[in-house]
Amino acid sequence: MSRTRTPAVAGWFSGDGNGFRLLGTRCSSCATVFFPREDDHCRNPYCAGGSLEEMPLSRRGRIWSYTDSRYRPPSPYVSNPELPWEPYALIAVELPDERIVVLGQAAPGVTVADLTVGMEVEVVPGVLHEDAETTWTTWHWRPTGVGE
Amino acid sequence: MTRDVAVLGAGMHPWGKWGRPFVEYGTAAARAALTDADVEWRDVGSIVGADTVRGGYPGYVAGATFAKALGRQGARVASVYAACASGAQAIAAARAQILAGLAEVVLVVGADAAPKGFFRPAGGERPDDPDWLRFRLLGATNPAYFGLYARRRMAVHGDTPEDFALVKVKNAAMGALNPYARYRKRVTAEEVSASAVVADPLRLLDICATSDGGAALVLSSIDFAQRHGVPRPVRIRAVSTVTPRFPNTVLDLPDIATDSAVAVAAAGETFRASITRAAYEEAGIGPEDLSLAEVYDLSTALELQWYEDLGLCGAGEGAKLLREGVTAPGGRIPVNASGGLASFGEAVPAQAIAQVCELTWQLRGAAGDRQVAGARVGISANQGLFGHGSSVVAVR
Repeated sequence: MSRTRTPAVAGWFSGDGNGFRLLGTRCSSCATVFFPREDDHCRNPYCAGGSLEEMPLSRRGRIWSYTDSRYRPPSPYVSNPELPWEPYALIAVELPDERIVVLGQAAPGVTVADLTVGMEVEVVPGVLHEDAETTWTTWHWRPTGVGE
Repeated sequence: MTRDVAVLGAGMHPWGKWGRPFVEYGTAAARAALTDADVEWRDVGSIVGADTVRGGYPGYVAGATFAKALGRQGARVASVYAACASGAQAIAAARAQILAGLAEVVLVVGADAAPKGFFRPAGGERPDDPDWLRFRLLGATNPAYFGLYARRRMAVHGDTPEDFALVKVKNAAMGALNPYARYRKRVTAEEVSASAVVADPLRLLDICATSDGGAALVLSSIDFAQRHGVPRPVRIRAVSTVTPRFPNTVLDLPDIATDSAVAVAAAGETFRASITRAAYEEAGIGPEDLSLAEVYDLSTALELQWYEDLGLCGAGEGAKLLREGVTAPGGRIPVNASGGLASFGEAVPAQAIAQVCELTWQLRGAAGDRQVAGARVGISANQGLFGHGSSVVAVR
C-alpha cells in the first residue's frame, strides 16, 4: 500500500527536486518578507499595510549557526520510541536576498561535523515522519555540492 | 515624589525536584517573605502571582491560588503570564499598583513544579502556536536554541567550550554557598567536558535543569516602609518589560525564523541589550554603577552574551571578562552570586522573582558566605518565550 504524501504543515513549501521552495509572503507596500507566511497583516510597524502575496524564498543561503539534538525531543515531535534515537542536525540559514534567518533540520546523513558557520546550503524536500497511511513531508537544509 | 518601591521582605522555598504541588512552594515562599517583612498576610492589600499550570507550563492560575492557600482576606488579586519574564512582570504589576496608590503593600509570588527533562508545549494539534510548531516540525528543544547561540559565538567571537565550562565552574562554586540552591556541589571544568553533549556544542553541565521551586517578595511604598520602621529599605528603582523592535534579526525562542530586514534595517542594538538599556534609563544609572548582576544563564554561553548585553564589556569580549575574573566573587562585578540557574534550575514563574530575592539579600549585606562586599546597586536580566524580556534594578 502506498502512502499519501502530505506536507507536515500546509502552505509553507511546494515543488519537487530542484523546483522545491519554501513559501513566504511579501507585503505589497513595504516589501517585507514573512516566513512562516503572514497572511493577515504586515508586521512592519513603519508600514501602513499592503496586501500580502505569496512568494517563493531563495533556494540557497549561508549557515548562521547550527546544532544537533542528541536526546529524543518530546512530543509533539513524532519519533518511534521502539527505535534507538538517531540525532539530527538543525541549521539556521541566512537568506541574503530576503535578509531573514530560517531554521530547519539538516538532510539525513548530514551531521554537525559536516557543517561550518558561513557554509552555503540549499533547501531540499524531506520527510518528517511516516505513519500507516501518510508520508509527512517537510524541508531540509543540505550543504551545496553534496550528492543527491 | 519618589518612583521607588521598597522591598520589605524576600522569601524562597529551596529548589529541587521535590515532587509536590507548586502551591506548597509558593505558599512557603510567601510566608517566608511575610515573616521577613514583619507584615501579617491579612494586612496585605494586593497579591500578584506569576502564572503556571498545575503540573507544567504555561499558565492559568497563580494569584488567586496563593490567596486561597494563604487564607482569603479580600485582597486585590492579579496573575501574570510572560514565560520566563512572568516573575518580573508580576513585580512590575505590583510596583504599578503601589505607585498608583492602589495598594500600599503587595505580595508577589511565583512557584512551579516543572516537568522532568525538556520543556514541552501543551498537548493537542495546535499549528497556530509557534511553540507547538517548533517541536512538531523541527524537534527544536530549548537547548537546541542555546546550542545555536553557543555555536554562533564560537564562530563570530572565537569563544571555546572551555570558556563556557568556566561559567559553570564559577556559578557552581557560588551555588555551593546558597542554601536555597538545588545543586550545592562545586564542579570542575573536567566534569563539564566529560558530561554528555545535549545540543552541540553544549553539554549537560552547560545547560540548566528544570526544577521545582518558589520565590516571593513583599513590596510596599517607601512611606509605608518608613512608618513600618525600615528607614533605608532596599528599593526597586526600575523594572524593564520591553518588547523587541522590528525587525528582530536574532533567532529567538520559539521562532522558526527571524524577521526580515529587507524593508527596515535592523537596529544596532539586539533585543537583549534593549531590555537592559530600558532598565538603566529608567533607573538613571549605567553599567559602571553596578555592584552585582543576576542574569539568566539558561546556558553557560548565554551568560557570556548577557555580559555584553548588560554593557559590562564590548561585543565579543564576554569570555575575556570571565577569564579575567571580573564577574567572579571578588571581581569588579560578580555575576550570578546566587549560583544562577546553573545551581537552581528553571522553575519558570519563580526565577525572575528569585533573582530579586538575591539582589535584596546582597544589598542588605545579608547574603552570608556569598556576600558581594559593599553591594549598593544590583540588576537582574532575563528573556522569555514570545519576545518577553525583563530587567530589574534594585538599590540601597
